[in-house]
Amino acid sequence: MDLSILLVLVQDGIVNGAIYGLLALALVIVFTVTRIIWVPIGEFVSFGALTLAMLEAGQMPGTVALTALLGLGAAAARLWAARARLTPAGVARCLLTALLPAGLAALLAWACLAWGAPQPLRILAALAIVTPMAPFLYDTLYRPMAGASVLVLLIASVALHLALQGLGLIFFGAEGSRTESLADSLLEIGPLLVTGQSLIILAVTLVLIAALALFFGHTLLGKALRATAVNRLGARLVAIPPALCGHVAFTLAGGIAALGGILISATTTLYYDTGFLIALKGFVAAVIGGLASYPLAALGALLIGLVESFAAFNASAFKEVLVFMIIIPVLLWRSWRMPAALDEGEE
Amino acid sequence: MRKFAAGLLLALGLATAAEAADPIRVGVVLSETGPGASLGIPEGRSIRLLPREIGGLPVEWIILDDGSDTTRAVTSMRKLITDNRVDAVVGSTVTPASLAMVEVAAEQRVPMISLAGSAAIVAPVDERRRWVFKTAQNDALMAGAVADTMAAQGVKSLGVIAVSDSYGDGWIATMRPLLEARGIRVVAEERYARTDTSATGQALKLAAARPDAVFIISAGTPAALPAKALRERGYRGPLYQTHGVANADFLRVGGREVEGTILPVGPVVLADQLPESHPSRAIARQYRDAYEAVHGAGSVSAFGSYAYDAGILLQHAIPVAARAAAPGTPEFRAALRDALEGLRNVVYVNGVANMSPTDHVGQDHRARVMAVIRNGGWQLLGE
Repeated sequence: MDLSILLVLVQDGIVNGAIYGLLALALVIVFTVTRIIWVPIGEFVSFGALTLAMLEAGQMPGTVALTALLGLGAAAARLWAARARLTPAGVARCLLTALLPAGLAALLAWACLAWGAPQPLRILAALAIVTPMAPFLYDTLYRPMAGASVLVLLIASVALHLALQGLGLIFFGAEGSRTESLADSLLEIGPLLVTGQSLIILAVTLVLIAALALFFGHTLLGKALRATAVNRLGARLVAIPPALCGHVAFTLAGGIAALGGILISATTTLYYDTGFLIALKGFVAAVIGGLASYPLAALGALLIGLVESFAAFNASAFKEVLVFMIIIPVLLWRSWRMPAALDEGEE
Repeated sequence: MRKFAAGLLLALGLATAAEAADPIRVGVVLSETGPGASLGIPEGRSIRLLPREIGGLPVEWIILDDGSDTTRAVTSMRKLITDNRVDAVVGSTVTPASLAMVEVAAEQRVPMISLAGSAAIVAPVDERRRWVFKTAQNDALMAGAVADTMAAQGVKSLGVIAVSDSYGDGWIATMRPLLEARGIRVVAEERYARTDTSATGQALKLAAARPDAVFIISAGTPAALPAKALRERGYRGPLYQTHGVANADFLRVGGREVEGTILPVGPVVLADQLPESHPSRAIARQYRDAYEAVHGAGSVSAFGSYAYDAGILLQHAIPVAARAAAPGTPEFRAALRDALEGLRNVVYVNGVANMSPTDHVGQDHRARVMAVIRNGGWQLLGE
């Protein structure tokens, strides 16, 4: 292995690691705020990428209908939850917050198809279609069982993952797709060829991390989310509504995952079921961060990207084995360093 | 009393009428979801193109999805046999599921036609495999064609990158002796997963070994990933693929990077370019037109033709078996098995089938042609 190969592998590892990092962050946000291990996040990766691919191909993606349907479900669930104290204004707000995003998504998709919008607009449309599904799912599925144990929430997530994956096959078919690259330019740095797309992936990841840090550090909503993460009961006592926090967390996670899918779909072929494996690697990274620490999760993601890339070169037959084996020493170390801190009221 | 007698007569009459109208039931187990879905979906569509009547007898096709899962394939087959009382089973799409179904076919004594690739499903024909037939080309038949073409094109050293599942393992095991016999050396052997997002590491290693050609073993659109990675890493040598990629989606996803790729295909892919003398030319075009009339131009792939061919085999065998026994009986199923084994010179989409007690595929060199990808389409590879 000479230097040029080493550099290429490092570059490949960092770019893939950036995507895993995004997913790890999203998983940590959702878990700390709502205690949900959000398995279906992988479907958002696939949905984001394949929705964009269908818009590019000039077809109406099935996800538009799904978003509209979930919007209706979310509106119904909210009305049901608030049935004891319904006011006309409250009903209107329920309907509006659930149906407005769905309507907007459908409108954007239709506009893209009718006028052949440029790529950045199509990306925006794909995000607008896929992202609202996350809070809608929270409203319909998770909110009514918000008090359940982590295990029950995990089982619900697995069920949701299977259902969404099946829908993905119906919407997008079994074969994969690839989307247009945002930047076709090639940069030559010494022996290294850097594609414009990989620079965009890195830039978007860094900007998102910085934006999240600002959001959590300097906004009222961000602080409310952190408060909920630290102590749910305490947060409620100071009038932070847990439902609102769940909403924000899911919207963030859904959006980040869809964006991650859109970013890599220009460099690789994505299938209706690719997202799950990407999310699984993001999950390993999140576990390295103890499902709590953002910087550790990001570092973990980088480590996974690098291990994966070097394993692909040196022992490609054992690549996945090596990647997922990282989790064993990490778990051993974590359980040795800090004996399981039990969740409030858990077990 | 008269009323009762009339009622009895009526009931008897209805019973015999129902018996006469009792259709021949064919169970179909396909992988319409899961990893095998890109093959299973066109197969399901092809089954729906098959006639509802064979030799004057009504035929019912009952399709179940196994989700590319071995256990579900077996349960589906048992359900078809016990609940639906089928006379024959077609399926499954993928090799592991088909291998498991062989046991059920032998135990329940129901003839079965698999659509999967591996020769191990039907060979050697023994007490269990007596009941099993197959329409997809044996990997060895395709591999022989690939190895011959490589030798003819002067390839001396070869890099191989295979998908890390039974498809990749099977092909590598089949290819190795064929390559050795032709003096072609494998200088690098890499693996990647179907859902991988990057094959850069493997491509670097392959390119560094400087082989005369690279053979990519994978099915469907996932096969485009190593091709793209190799081209990105500056590998300029010829690329070979297996027949697993012969569908329109591969061309769509592969784009420029798969231009010039050489691969073996079933005749249907090149239906219009087949020489007039090719026996399958007419039926391949007929099947293609029927399929594309429903699913759009350019939608046909070789995978669906395996299911269609299973239907053609049954169309030839059922009238023979119906002369020996009544459908729905164990005798009919045994007669159907014998009739399938006795099929000679049956022209179907994938060449000509000549079954025998030792060969339950019955294909020869007419079952495959070598193709090359030119201008985003398939072309017959000139000699």
